[in-house]
Parts: sequence; C-alpha cells; structure tokens
Amino acid sequence: MMKDMQKPERSKSIFRFAAPQMFYPLAGKLAPWFAGIAAVLAAAGMWLGFFVAPTDAVQGEVYRVIYIHVAAAWMSMFVYLVMAFWSFVGLVMNTRLSFIMSQALAPTGAMFCFVALWTGALWGKPTWGAYWVWDARLTSQLLLLFLYLGFMALTRAIEDPRRADKAGAIIALVGAVNVPIIYFSVKWWNTLHQGASVSLNKAPSMATTMLTGMLVMALAAWAYTIAVTLWRVRSLILERERHTDWVAAELNALEGKI
Amino acid sequence: MQWESWSAFWDMGGFAPFVWGSYGVTLLLVVGELILVVHRRRDTVRRLLRLRRASAAGAGGRRAFEEIVE
Repeated sequence: MMKDMQKPERSKSIFRFAAPQMFYPLAGKLAPWFAGIAAVLAAAGMWLGFFVAPTDAVQGEVYRVIYIHVAAAWMSMFVYLVMAFWSFVGLVMNTRLSFIMSQALAPTGAMFCFVALWTGALWGKPTWGAYWVWDARLTSQLLLLFLYLGFMALTRAIEDPRRADKAGAIIALVGAVNVPIIYFSVKWWNTLHQGASVSLNKAPSMATTMLTGMLVMALAAWAYTIAVTLWRVRSLILERERHTDWVAAELNALEGKI
Repeated sequence: MQWESWSAFWDMGGFAPFVWGSYGVTLLLVVGELILVVHRRRDTVRRLLRLRRASAAGAGGRRAFEEIVE
C-alpha cells in the first residue's frame, strides 16, 4: 500500500511524524497493537476484578462497579488535558496535526465521561440512596461532559477548518481549568462523593487485588483510547489533506477495496 | 475464586442491575464507538473517491461536485 506512494523527504527526527503525511501510515500501523493490548488488559482486569478481588466488607458486591468507574473517570479527565495540551501546541506552533489530534480525542473522552457519570449513578443509588446529587464532584464532572460536547459541536459547526481549530482550542484550554476542580473537589468541598482511594502520598485504602484490578483497567482504557484515536485521526487527516498528492495516491490504493 | 456458583456470580449479591447495568452500557458504548470509527473511515474514503470522480468529470460533473462538498 505504501510502495506506490511518493516518498517524502526523509528526516531522522521524531518530529517528522508531525507531518500528517508521515503520521497517517504510522497511526495505521500502531492502532491494531494498542487495540490488542486494550483487549488483553481489559480481560485481565475484569478477571482480577470479578474473580480474584474479594467482596467489599461494607458495600458488598456492588463495589465491583469501581473497575470501570474509576478507569473511565480518570480517562475522561486525562483525555481533556491531552486535548488542551495539543490545542496549546497547535496555537503556539501552528501545527495542523495538533488540532486534528485534539479533535480525534474528543469523542472518546466524552464517551468515558458519560461512562463515569452513568456507572456513578448506578453505584450511587444502592450506596447513597440517590442516582444523582448536585455535589461538587458530580456537578464538575457533568460540566466536563458539556465541555466535551461543546467542543465537538463547535469544531464541527464551523466550516473553515482553521477557524474551527482555533475556536476548539480555546474551549479546550479554558475548559481545562475544570479538570483540577473535578480532581480536588472531594478535598475542597464537603462532598457526598468519597475522597481519592489512590494517591501518591499515602498507602491506598483498599485491598491489593482490588487496586491491581483497577489499575489494569485504567491501563486498558489508555490503550483503547490510543487505538480509537489513531483510527479516527486517519479519517480526519484524509479529509483535511484531500487536495494533496499523497492522499490522491492513498485513494488510488484504496479504490475498489473499501 | 469468589463465587459459589455461576448463579451467585450473575446475582452479584443482589446488586445485579447496578453492576451489570454499568458493565453492559460501557460495553455497548465501546462496541458502538468502534463501529462508528470503522464507518467513518469507510464513509470518508468513499466520499473522497466520489468527489474526485465528480471533479474529474469536468464541467458536467460540476453540480455533483458541489453537492458532495456540501
């Protein structure tokens, strides 16, 4: 597939992958590996979570929601920060691929944000007696979902890609302020949501097998996000670069096969 | 092993709707997202191929070209 594409000028630097033309084939090669890693880790994490980790002494079996709830919540915050990072890089260095990356990340971040809210609601009902409360943690997480949806709506609504990139980057950067607010909300305010079970400066307040299962699921979410984002970014790159010779060559190679 | 039987496993200590409701919806969303990504790839490539054919058709293809660009 690559053979009949014209060879771009070679550079040894890792930054050559900042060129969409170079990143497109790399993304295509890497994505299946990350998808495979995600599947293996998710299977291992659920095995640990359901069959190795003990029943919670206080909550009983319902605590097993934690294995997706925490992974999804962490991922939803992290992805937004990565989007803000790429937006910043895009605005400062004026690199097209940076903006495209943040747009490729948004739907997956939004998906994890919804999963965190949904699993939180199903966990809250039996443990707190309510699907939803307007406490600081839940409210700021809901705001994160709206920031994701706002970013996606705005970047898709503006027709001129350059203006869409800039507008999206501004939402991503301004909205990033909300991420530390979500993270520290359980410390700063008296929330119904419990404090962090895992932090860098104290021993985790849970059984080792529970913690391991949770971390493995978090790694699975990472690998999944990378795989899906790489696949999505390939479509976005083709769209954006459709007037170039290398996309014409790629379309020649794909004609009749897709 | 934490479970006495498979039915005990599926029952989740009486919390089945909450636990399986969480895992089930997450699984649906993940599978759904993967399907959307595959469709997007196919749609993008097909649309760009159509666009190119339309513009190659020249003046006659002009209107078709505009429609696709819309």
